[in-house]
Amino acid sequence: MTPVPIFLEVNGERIDAHVLPRLNLADFLREHLKLTGTHVGCEHGVCGACTVRFNGEIVRSCLILAVQAQEGSVETIEGLSDSGEIADLQAAFRDRNALQCGFCTPGMLMAAQDLLKQTPKPDREEIRAHLSGNYCRCTGYQAIIDAIETTARLRAERAP
Amino acid sequence: MTRTPEDRAAFSVLDRPNSYIGKTVPRPNLDRLMQGRGLYVSDIELPRMAHVVFLRSPHAHAKITGIDAAAAKRMPGIIAVVTGQEIAAVITPWVGVLSHLKGLKSAPQSAIAVDRVCWQGEAVAAIIATSRAAAEDAAEHISVAYEELDAVTDMQTALDPTTSVIHPALGDNLAFERNHDAGTVDAVLAASDEVVEAEFIFGRHTGVTLEPRSVVADWNAAEARLTIYQGTQAPHMVQNIAALHLGLQESQVRVVCKDVGGSFGIKVHIYADEMATYALSKLLRRPVKFVADRVESFNTDIHARDHRCKGKIGVKCDGTITAFEIDDLTGIGPYSMYPRTSAIEANQVVNLVGGPYVTKNYRARARVVFQNKNVMCQYRAVGHPIACSVTEGLVDLAAMKIGMDPVEIRRRNLIADDAYPCASPSGLRFEQLSHHAALAKLIKMMDYDALRAEQAMLRARNIHCGIGIASFIEVTNPSAAFYGVGGAKISSQDGVAVRLDAQGAVVCQTSITEQGQGSESLTAQIVGSVLGVSMDRVRVILGDTDNTPYGGGTWASRGAGIGGEAALQATKELRKNILDVAAAILQSSPGDLDIVSNSVVNVSDGAPRIELSELARIVYFRPDTLPPGIQAELMATRHFVPREYPFAFTNGVQASWLEVDTDTGFVKLLKHWVVEDCGTIINPQLVDEQIRGGVVQGLGAALFEKCIYDERGQLTNANLADYLVPMSGEMPDIDVGHVVSPTLESELGAKGAGEAGTAGAAAAVTNAVNDALRPFGTIITEIPLTPQIILTALGRI
Repeated sequence: MTPVPIFLEVNGERIDAHVLPRLNLADFLREHLKLTGTHVGCEHGVCGACTVRFNGEIVRSCLILAVQAQEGSVETIEGLSDSGEIADLQAAFRDRNALQCGFCTPGMLMAAQDLLKQTPKPDREEIRAHLSGNYCRCTGYQAIIDAIETTARLRAERAP
Repeated sequence: MTRTPEDRAAFSVLDRPNSYIGKTVPRPNLDRLMQGRGLYVSDIELPRMAHVVFLRSPHAHAKITGIDAAAAKRMPGIIAVVTGQEIAAVITPWVGVLSHLKGLKSAPQSAIAVDRVCWQGEAVAAIIATSRAAAEDAAEHISVAYEELDAVTDMQTALDPTTSVIHPALGDNLAFERNHDAGTVDAVLAASDEVVEAEFIFGRHTGVTLEPRSVVADWNAAEARLTIYQGTQAPHMVQNIAALHLGLQESQVRVVCKDVGGSFGIKVHIYADEMATYALSKLLRRPVKFVADRVESFNTDIHARDHRCKGKIGVKCDGTITAFEIDDLTGIGPYSMYPRTSAIEANQVVNLVGGPYVTKNYRARARVVFQNKNVMCQYRAVGHPIACSVTEGLVDLAAMKIGMDPVEIRRRNLIADDAYPCASPSGLRFEQLSHHAALAKLIKMMDYDALRAEQAMLRARNIHCGIGIASFIEVTNPSAAFYGVGGAKISSQDGVAVRLDAQGAVVCQTSITEQGQGSESLTAQIVGSVLGVSMDRVRVILGDTDNTPYGGGTWASRGAGIGGEAALQATKELRKNILDVAAAILQSSPGDLDIVSNSVVNVSDGAPRIELSELARIVYFRPDTLPPGIQAELMATRHFVPREYPFAFTNGVQASWLEVDTDTGFVKLLKHWVVEDCGTIINPQLVDEQIRGGVVQGLGAALFEKCIYDERGQLTNANLADYLVPMSGEMPDIDVGHVVSPTLESELGAKGAGEAGTAGAAAAVTNAVNDALRPFGTIITEIPLTPQIILTALGRI
């Protein structure tokens, strides 16, 4: 197998790399770019820990090859944190203790932000349904649902 | 009986101005995890680090007649291929027994199988390469010749004379048996108005930590020292075991535990592949990393439960429970796990059945048998869900038989709140429990009568809802009685060192560990409260055998109760030392001074006298200005272990409200309530979240989670798509309430809360399903309660 050249944007930064065609995006982010906030929980697209944003949509980075991200834009938890885009969501997670071990949390925050962008005022059932692809083994989900609900309310109050 | 802190003079140390005890404050370590800046073992990379992948047996039981790795060794990036025989040169085998579990036997287990594999998934060879992918490529080119042997899979026939014996040297497949007989069981059963029997079946399931087990082992040959980076609950235990089997002194092994992606008991054991990774690092003289993939996790992370328990209860028409009797059978795989053994769960079942109730008549037998399946061992709430489901299932069956409300029969039989101290029929000693207060609170929280009315109304519309109640007790704060007395080098004491730094901030090193429970937070809350400093001045260091006092770690609901008390005592000593120096500086007396909000103040009028930063400056940089003879000690260390009671029992009660769809067999959880009593509550939010998380793991066992083996010992659902875990859409909101009975064994008064949720959740759900199905005249005593189980019980399939 021969590495192939790719270029893409990761968290707003142009990246040029040579990767094996079989390398998945999660491993590319973690092992090549050292963006270890994207976690690998099952490597078969079920647990949601590796959720990232790709061209504006959330995807499981373990199910996409790095070469498929060619010319695309990838945003990871590090990018969303540094830009401040989800600072309020993170604050709500902190206040509500919506994480314990934290391994699912980057993916959970990605999925939550995706929901809040699509549905500014989701009810609890909608939140629960949207997070159904993200496993959490510690919290039992209730605190996560609470934190997202709180964030939605606060954003709505701030909105003009 | 609820005792408040005001009842206890000793509590004054926690009842100080600006105390954080009993307050919800955010955990200090969350931003790191939320921003993707944590450091899990799978994130760690070291110079010259190699990756190991294990080739694993496809058979449940087979002789290894040959391993040909020549082709694999020629593959690009391959550093070595190591077999069981080769690795045996650097690491010795082990036997998972403890002397206090009389008669427990097991066979020597090796880091990598030698000559024979005993379960599907046992490692046969290690492939070490420059990347995990290269190692996985090479694994496919290793040819192993197997000669299949009979696989012992069904625990019900494991002891039959016609069944082959997995370890012939042991004589049979019986690992452990315990019998207990208290009171006059036969006589009271004969005199009972009704005797009800049932067999309870519990599926094998596992922990599914979202971060798989991971290790980086780094042998530095020049220092003759091994550093192990591992997500473990017990770093000092890992240090001891690694040293013991690698022929090293403990001082030659450092265990570092950074962020841990879930553990729940899965990461409190020592696994063969982890031992192999330590050994490979020593053998290859370089760092070696092992990260299990999800399929490996299912095949090698300990499984739990898998019990068949026959139960019997006697009851009188007035609701008096006369006796409990159980006969429990469990299969543990081919080896007893190391070093905690796989007999503990069955032993706990014997200990805990009937625990909440008054009756002293109790007979139990538990048998633990070997099988050719993955190893089974302690997982969150060890034995509790079994004991609770059997006990509470029997109590409900008895109530049904005599036509009594399930709440009423519990009221009539739970140990009275003023009857303590007392002992259970299995000999467990209870210091102070609060079953009746907890039940009363639960009934109020759930509005029991209104819910019964709603149930009846829905029933009229052919909607079948059920209410299930389950009282429970939980083992917390274990003393040496758990492991130490059996010869295991697993510490039951914990230590905390706390010091004031040169800018008046506090550094606290503790031997308990953090896996998300909030160990760091509760330690900082206690230190801040006792010392009189704000939490943002307290930095907690944990998970490093080089840099913390010696101790047990975080497991068995012990972190807050034992590690928290050590933190309290160490901080009291530091406070005294600081006030001694302050008195010398201020020409005052220590008794006239206090520390409040980071400053030494007058007790009399609260006036600030000296900021801690200024005091620290003087002590560290201008000690020449202190009066002669004053040597400041701005660091203190204390250790703690419970001595009076072997365990601090807690109690609680759970309720489930659910709907059963009798056409599809699906169960919809509508609401869940828990009232529990963990003594002093340090951080209410963290306690509630421990309860909720624990409940949901119990709900997983109740409805979804099961490792499904075929008759040849093949695990057929070893992936996250086929093995179901609770997802957000299926889980109910969970209301949590508390009764507070602090333990008097410590000044802190805290007992554990980590396992209470898991202990009773499945029992509450099963009782609720049976309540919902009452008009259909069927009783189900098997979990998980899958649609198939329910429809079968209803005669629909």
